[in-house]
Amino acid sequence: MTSVLRDIYNNVFEFVRTFGAFQLFFLRLVRHSPRMLLRRPGLVIKQVYNTGALSLVIIMVCGFFVGGVLALQGYANLARFNAEDSVGTVVALALIKELGPVITALLFAGRAGTALSSEIGLMKATDQLSAMEMMAVNPVRRVLVPRFVGGVISMPLLVAVFTCIGLFGADVVAVYLLSVDVGAFWQQMQLSVDIKDIQEGIFKSIVFGIVASLLAVWEGYNAIPTAEGVGRATTRTVVITAIAVLILDFMITAVML
Amino acid sequence: MQQTRSVEVGTGLFALLGISALFFLTTQTTGGDRFSADDTYEVEAWFDNVGSLKSRAPVAMSGVTIGRVTSVTFDAQRLQAKVVFEIDSKYGAIPDDSDASILTSGLLGSQYIGLQAGGSEDNLENGSEIFFVQDAIVLENLIGKFLVSSGSGDDE
Repeated sequence: MTSVLRDIYNNVFEFVRTFGAFQLFFLRLVRHSPRMLLRRPGLVIKQVYNTGALSLVIIMVCGFFVGGVLALQGYANLARFNAEDSVGTVVALALIKELGPVITALLFAGRAGTALSSEIGLMKATDQLSAMEMMAVNPVRRVLVPRFVGGVISMPLLVAVFTCIGLFGADVVAVYLLSVDVGAFWQQMQLSVDIKDIQEGIFKSIVFGIVASLLAVWEGYNAIPTAEGVGRATTRTVVITAIAVLILDFMITAVML
Repeated sequence: MQQTRSVEVGTGLFALLGISALFFLTTQTTGGDRFSADDTYEVEAWFDNVGSLKSRAPVAMSGVTIGRVTSVTFDAQRLQAKVVFEIDSKYGAIPDDSDASILTSGLLGSQYIGLQAGGSEDNLENGSEIFFVQDAIVLENLIGKFLVSSGSGDDE
């Protein structure tokens, strides 16, 4: 009986400890971020390229088809009420407020987050991080901060691209395939989308960018320095990011509505 | 060196694409009823029923947006809804006996205020009130009236 209680106590204690360490880690990254951005912009640009520019293809292809399928589903259901013209509204609100930020964050975790955590994990496994410390280079500042900042910068831009391409995909499907009137499509959208909706989307994309990059960097930095450990860290990055993003999405929406 | 250059070009293109996408979203998907004017004057009107009229709703004359609603409040003393709206100063020559009605754009669209010109010599100015108003049409009331009138028709 006591051993069971002790196990529970140990697990809870370990969870609280990890959570605290995670927050301290976040504060450390944030503290170093402005200096890195000013002193070594080249390193940050490299990471914006790695996490952002290289994710563009998957973001654009997925965005196009997500927008297209939303238009198809929206049309099929709205047609029952003779409200096909509102398909633009439905697609735009869904993309701008919810699906744009969320799906981009999930794709970002899969495409860029895994790359970040496996890269950092492998650096740790091959003692590159220790070697840096030997040379009096702070690995947090030199390796982790640029990757974190790069991810945070990329994410809102990726969300904007995703949403735009999604609208374009919806336009193609609705106007060319289902012959919704193009004027009605855009006008209905413009009448009902408010600047507040876009602000909500941008806010979400910034939060998700911070969360996704932070988790990827954290998992990589705390990976067990073996082949198996790096693999596990990569998997955990995707799983935890997906959970965190979806829970946060619910909370932000509940607060902002 | 060559490699850093291509990285920089790629990043630059990515950032430009992202920012132009943001620009597109903020300008092209919103603001169908956008109204902005440097100089406006405020007019008020009292309604028994404003329906679902909200602030920022357009004020139109002959179908052209010339202003927008700034506030919709309920006055406990007059037991009526007070609607304040601003009109672009460009349109300063609107007769003060014009009437304001709450209309709906399309069958299920949002509500707006439609102004219809009167014949007075004097014009609306800042703070003046529109006396000729027409409430929003509530579908339930309309159906109710229709039923009552058709019922009384049977009696005769």
